[in-house]
Amino acid sequence: MTWLRDHFVDVLSLAGQHAYLAGVPLVLGLLIALPLGWLASRNKVLYPFLIMGTGLLYTIPSLALFIMLPLLLPFKILDPNNVLVAMTIYTVALLVRTVADGLGAVPDAVNQSATAMGYKRLRRFMSVELPLAVPVISAGLRVAAVSNVSIVSVATLIGVSQLGSLFTDGFSRAFLDPIIVGVVACVLLALLFDVAILLVTRLVTPWQRAGSPAA
Amino acid sequence: MIRFDAVSKQFPDGTKAVDELTLEAPTGKITVLVGPSGCGKTTSLRMINRMITPTDGRIWIDDQDTAEMDEAQLRRGIGYVIQHAGLFPHRTIVANIATVPMLLGWGRRKAESRALELLERVGLPASYAKRYPAQLSGGQQQRVGVARALAADPPIMLMDEPFSAVDPIVREQLQDEFLRLQGDLGKTIVFVTHDIEEAIKLGDQIAVLRGSGNLAQLSDPAQLLAHPVDDFVADFVGKDRGYRALSFQQSPQFPLSRESSVPLGATPEQAAAAARDGWVLVLDADRRPLGWIEPDRITAPVRSEMLARGGTVATAGGPLRNALDAALSSPSRRGVIVDDQGALLGTVRAYEVLAEIEERARPELDEADLERAGLRPVEETPE
Repeated sequence: MTWLRDHFVDVLSLAGQHAYLAGVPLVLGLLIALPLGWLASRNKVLYPFLIMGTGLLYTIPSLALFIMLPLLLPFKILDPNNVLVAMTIYTVALLVRTVADGLGAVPDAVNQSATAMGYKRLRRFMSVELPLAVPVISAGLRVAAVSNVSIVSVATLIGVSQLGSLFTDGFSRAFLDPIIVGVVACVLLALLFDVAILLVTRLVTPWQRAGSPAA
Repeated sequence: MIRFDAVSKQFPDGTKAVDELTLEAPTGKITVLVGPSGCGKTTSLRMINRMITPTDGRIWIDDQDTAEMDEAQLRRGIGYVIQHAGLFPHRTIVANIATVPMLLGWGRRKAESRALELLERVGLPASYAKRYPAQLSGGQQQRVGVARALAADPPIMLMDEPFSAVDPIVREQLQDEFLRLQGDLGKTIVFVTHDIEEAIKLGDQIAVLRGSGNLAQLSDPAQLLAHPVDDFVADFVGKDRGYRALSFQQSPQFPLSRESSVPLGATPEQAAAAARDGWVLVLDADRRPLGWIEPDRITAPVRSEMLARGGTVATAGGPLRNALDAALSSPSRRGVIVDDQGALLGTVRAYEVLAEIEERARPELDEADLERAGLRPVEETPE
């Protein structure tokens, strides 16, 4: 593993780039999925359209999306923003259903008592519905995080460098070391995202770990 | 005062949940809406805080039309308690109780100290403040639900089957405490239940509804038991009406018989010497009755396990129903009457209670009911 020792700084910077390209869309995607999911959970007619519609986005092959976006957006072909947008689309695809189902699982009695106590709609959403949906949304977010880390590596093919660049590099030179390092780094990064989401979730849901009635 | 003025509710699918309901819930009293499922009682309740919008008619709170009030403002002034309490699972007990004060902008410290005060008021230890709802039993959650509804001291409380989901023993405790609380607070309460016993126990005024919010009868519990207006109400109110009505009649000062008694540990001879008609009452150190014993049938000093415990005990001046039941349930046929501390005063026989009951006049129909039934008032006969 002398290769890693020699290229450690490069690998680290690629990993940083990778984390940026996978992580920022996670946040943006969540912000977009929240209102869409809320709409789907409130409206029985819209629900299937929103869930199916956004879900279908995930079936667009990533390479096709990466190539297509520069044609639709005011970004140059090598601009990493294209990747950010594409990854955001995938995140939205995964999260709308999760958000809708998480909000839908908030007990009716809880929503009703919130309304009856004089919560207005937005405040009820922010301080009652959303906190209660966090465990479900967080589960979806973890899936999306791993999926993003894996899909981002394809962006190498449109010239945006990140850990995926190690694969093409190794492949073109028939040299195994960068490929192995790339795979391990991807796995570690996915793990890092997962643990981070898990920790934040635990931090904001202390009520989830409260036991049953004291004997 | 809450006033329904020809209020109707028709749902989009055409079902009429409530049809021209006119009703007044007086200030400081408990008005119970009772009826079979689908009678529109919950719909009626929810129209008060506009969780449901009436299709027709008006609901007034004092002299304000609720339809013209700001929705959130209206709701923050009305306490609301529902069947499974509907507590916020993600908030601690103290935060749950402080909800409305926080919405009203009281500030955290004031809201929390108020919440702690209420926690105590509904009979929960202060150590529960930082727990989450899932850590409490159903009955405890329901107490928190009541505390939360009371937090901002609203003049009005709406309660939708608040005690239905807990077991019968806890339910009775909650009902008793609720009555005690209401005795102190004097809120204007509208209470929905399908349980006529609960209605009779809690209501100052009972509105019996039949299908689609049709008001079958509106009266106080004693009137409802004595004079159901029709077969539907009579059926719904159920059996044993005469007996149940005795709950609303106070016992007089009965001429009590002195009852001799023995303590636990008395010998068979001592017990036999104190016995009357084969039975003697056993008391604890504070002269509270423990049970009856037949001295002829014991061979050793009196122990707790030997006692016949079937007899109920009535408090002097309490409802006639309790006095009659004490006599009927007593193995010696002598009904035990105690003072407020539970100490023995004496005994009374069933025929003595019955004689008192026969003396009394049945509750008379009120004027409106007389007119509807086409009857003339009973003439007062001079003594």
